[in-house]
Amino acid sequence: MSALQSQSQPLVKVRDLNVAFVSKEATLHAVNGVDFDLAPKETLCILGESGSGKSVTLRSLMRLHPPRRTRITGTIQVDGTDIVAASERELSSIRGRLVSMIFQEPMTALDPVFTIGKQITETIRRHEGVSHQEAQRRALDLLELVQIPSARQRLDAYPHELSGGLRQRAMIAVALSVRPKLLLADEPTTALDATVQIQVLLLLKRIQAELGMGVIFVTHDLGVAGEIADRIAVMYAGRFIEEAPAEALLEAPEHPYVEGLLGATVTPASRGRRLTAIPGSPPNLRTLPVGCAFAPRCTSAEPNCRAAVPDLRALAPDRTVRCIHPAGLRPSMPPAMAFAAEERAP
Amino acid sequence: MIFYIVRRVLYSIPIALSVGLVCFLLVYISPGDPISAIAPPDAPAEMITQLRRDYGLDKPLPEQFAIWLGRVVQGDLGRSLSTGRPVWGEVSVALKNTVSLAVAACTLAFAIGTLLGGLAAAFRDTWVDRIAMTFAVAGVSVPHYWLGMLLVAVFAVTFPLAPSMGAGPGGTFVWDWAHLPFLILPMVTLSAIPLGLVARTVRGTVIEILHQEFITTLRGKGLRSGGILLHVAKNAAPSVLAVMGLQLGYLMGGSILVETVFSWPGTGFLLNSAIFQRDIPLLQGTILVLALLFVALNLVVDLGQALLDPRIKR
Ligand SMILES: Nc1ncnc2c1ncn2[C@@H]1O[C@H](COP(=O)(O)OP(=O)(O)O)[C@@H](O)[C@H]1O
Ligand code: SF4
Ligand SMILES: [Mg+2]
Repeated sequence: MSALQSQSQPLVKVRDLNVAFVSKEATLHAVNGVDFDLAPKETLCILGESGSGKSVTLRSLMRLHPPRRTRITGTIQVDGTDIVAASERELSSIRGRLVSMIFQEPMTALDPVFTIGKQITETIRRHEGVSHQEAQRRALDLLELVQIPSARQRLDAYPHELSGGLRQRAMIAVALSVRPKLLLADEPTTALDATVQIQVLLLLKRIQAELGMGVIFVTHDLGVAGEIADRIAVMYAGRFIEEAPAEALLEAPEHPYVEGLLGATVTPASRGRRLTAIPGSPPNLRTLPVGCAFAPRCTSAEPNCRAAVPDLRALAPDRTVRCIHPAGLRPSMPPAMAFAAEERAP
Repeated sequence: MIFYIVRRVLYSIPIALSVGLVCFLLVYISPGDPISAIAPPDAPAEMITQLRRDYGLDKPLPEQFAIWLGRVVQGDLGRSLSTGRPVWGEVSVALKNTVSLAVAACTLAFAIGTLLGGLAAAFRDTWVDRIAMTFAVAGVSVPHYWLGMLLVAVFAVTFPLAPSMGAGPGGTFVWDWAHLPFLILPMVTLSAIPLGLVARTVRGTVIEILHQEFITTLRGKGLRSGGILLHVAKNAAPSVLAVMGLQLGYLMGGSILVETVFSWPGTGFLLNSAIFQRDIPLLQGTILVLALLFVALNLVVDLGQALLDPRIKR
């Protein structure tokens, strides 16, 4: 199928994705109608507070949730393959080969009693019938690709013998074992020191360019998002509430929640700051409100906001927001600024 | 690693010495004068004094201990009072029988326990889990000797399928077809407790491992059940090994009742007769050998764990 697709076909296409976890006590609605596309070689950042459903969205792209308790509906296509309908067998051949994932905490995401080398070679040998020596040689290349010093010795190292930064590089090497087309990164720099964090980000950017992968990068750090993203999607209570090119979103957010995140005065200089606190707390995902989930915390809220979930509005071809009163169209706003918001459309 | 092994072996020396000291003092702790066990009840006072001197019992205790230790190190555990034969000979024959039985029972327990525990973990909270764990709890709680007698009643008396007395031709066990049937009933009896413990340990450990994040990574790499099982097994191995090692140790020392029920000519059986005949040198020698074996087993388990788990400081 993918052979028939033209170049402009998206690498990832997600439509009306819903993910719920069912238990005896309650049903937790972690993702509630998410739509997005990812072009080949593009980097999308999913930004949001802890618990907003970023990881669940990401894991859906490989269907890595506990199978028995999870209900997934909607459409997920990765390189033309329907992930929602795929059998476990098909999934296992896609995972690691077409799509792979790096996690926040490499100490717990790597098996503590297997060497780094073994954890890479087993992935290569799972997907490609190469000899042990060949897999070993490629593992060495991978460690060099992620710039781990004295790579040959590190092949025989166990995860606990590496520093946090090297461990994350090793995790990246494992994920790149079979050169996937899509790399999913779940807060891969959150657990690292600031300087190491930047090195790992730069490494990821370089490797993405080199291998031409699509990347979906989850973070709750504005600075990281600004550094790596082509586009940013902000998530709240399991929905994408605003999606735009990175620069545009950081310069002039439309959704009240995103405005709040970026602080009152939004200037290019505010890039690099962490998310600021907004009064109130995110909704309980077991009992979601009927309308806009942000209404209880929103200063622009009105009765219509609580009547139904606001539709996704396209403010420009590459810019959507899920709000009745986005910043650019707010009645109280001086006309000059509303005009400025429209001007951003290409 | 070499350094770790050497250090760990060195640590065992004081432990072994303490074990020796306790065994040595056993003679003094046990009720009655040790000489009264050797000498006839109506022996004249001169004979008792003579015996005291012969046995070195008139010297100060530390000196006696040193002399005794010197002999033990050379393999001289003294002579049995009841048979007059060297204790070492008696103990080594019995030990061979006990080790054969214990190893057989442990192997059985390990194989079935791992299978039950693994299935229970994989099918957690289903009927498979419940049946396997009922089996495990029963294995741990059933009294050894009671199970032994039950098996004898059913499989030796009602349906005579396996012999229930002794270790087979020649009175001592060897690994051949003529002797194997004699192993079956005592082996099954002895395996009950370690089987239950192994099953529970495997289940608990595997469930814990399956909840760790690296399992998600492995699924995310596209590994199938077989590949993931390899990781689970290697992660579970150190805990299971520790339980197995401890159980093997208990089986060697703790099978007095079972060996008595089946008249198995092992160390338990030997201890039993040594106690009833007040054969102090035999008792002392047997306990010493068993205790040292336990120390050695612990050492092997520790080294094995260090070998399997790279995180243990070496
Ligand atoms: N396997 C699961 N079972 C039940 N609830 C889950 C599971 N995974 C995530 N959740 C819940 O889904 C919600 C969103 O989680 P997550 O996507 O991990 O948030 P984050 O945006 O911090 O990555 C949270 O309330 C979390 O508790
Ligand atoms: S829809 Fe209404 S409540 Fe929700 S963010 Fe927009 S203005 Fe606020
Ligand atoms: Mg997360």
